[in-house]
Amino acid sequence: MPRSAFNVAWHASLPVLFGYLILGLGYGLYMHNLGFAWWYPPLMAATIYGGSVEFVIATMLTQHFNPLTVLLITFVVGFRQFFYAVSMLNRYDSGDWRQWLRIYGLSDETFAVNYTLHVPTGVNRQTVYTWVTVLDYGYWISGALFGGCLGQALALQIPGLEFVMTALFIVLCLDQWQRESDHLSTLSGLVLTALTLWLVGKTYFLLVTLLLLVLEYSWLDWRRRQS
Amino acid sequence: MILWQRLATIGLAAMANFLTRVLPFWLFKRPGSQTPPFIQGLGDFLPGAIMAMLVIYCLRDVNWTGPSHGLPELAAAFITAGVHLKWHQTFLSLLLGTGSYMLFINWPF
Repeated sequence: MPRSAFNVAWHASLPVLFGYLILGLGYGLYMHNLGFAWWYPPLMAATIYGGSVEFVIATMLTQHFNPLTVLLITFVVGFRQFFYAVSMLNRYDSGDWRQWLRIYGLSDETFAVNYTLHVPTGVNRQTVYTWVTVLDYGYWISGALFGGCLGQALALQIPGLEFVMTALFIVLCLDQWQRESDHLSTLSGLVLTALTLWLVGKTYFLLVTLLLLVLEYSWLDWRRRQS
Repeated sequence: MILWQRLATIGLAAMANFLTRVLPFWLFKRPGSQTPPFIQGLGDFLPGAIMAMLVIYCLRDVNWTGPSHGLPELAAAFITAGVHLKWHQTFLSLLLGTGSYMLFINWPF
């Protein structure tokens, strides 16, 4: 029996369910501790929908109103998503209105899951991508809502559970590794990210890594055209 | 900040964040025209590197010079990878990887 698109998406998104509930909960608690009402975390989760951006904006909300800085910081912190979109240009290939959902919901996890996803024949790829996006979106808002509502009641935490997200990316990275014909890109990512983290620190290393990767690709492309 | 300023801040952040995701589609995927070959090639080259980048991103807060020298994280990462290479069952890999990490950091030694 052919599996439905929702079924494929549900199974693919399950690891994200656990990861997002735990991370979203942590994010909700974080905002609760900054003194925000319960509805802030889910509101920001639903509108901004980008974990790292939301954490930064949460602290900015406690300072003076500065629209320009908000725009710039969000753009810098979220800029890696520009490259997720570049990589998804071929995969998100449908002009209908759901394309907006897929682009709006292109988070780290949704990108990684949808990019590596194996869609069985006979199942509509675009529908699976859309469902993964919508499910992930729902998980993140739910986590933020729980965290924001339960606040201190949930001070009890289980240390180490957050490693599930790291494990998920390791798994998706290995899936990618076993599928690619040469490993230059993955190895470059590994070495460059480690190096830039060490050299430029936590704030800008992703941005610098991505710029270096674009440079590396430009050089490879130039050399290929020379020969 | 008063309420409307907070809501404006959230709205602006939402806009800017969406912009980072939608810009490539606006710039390089116009109806009736081809995606430039350079951008297409870049889109094929980057994902491998990005997956590796996200793994390191998750490990960015590990204190390599601290008392545990990042050993619990490293060990759990290798267990996750090993389990996944052996059985190719995402859930098993996540379960054993995360489980072993929780064990390592809560172990009294």
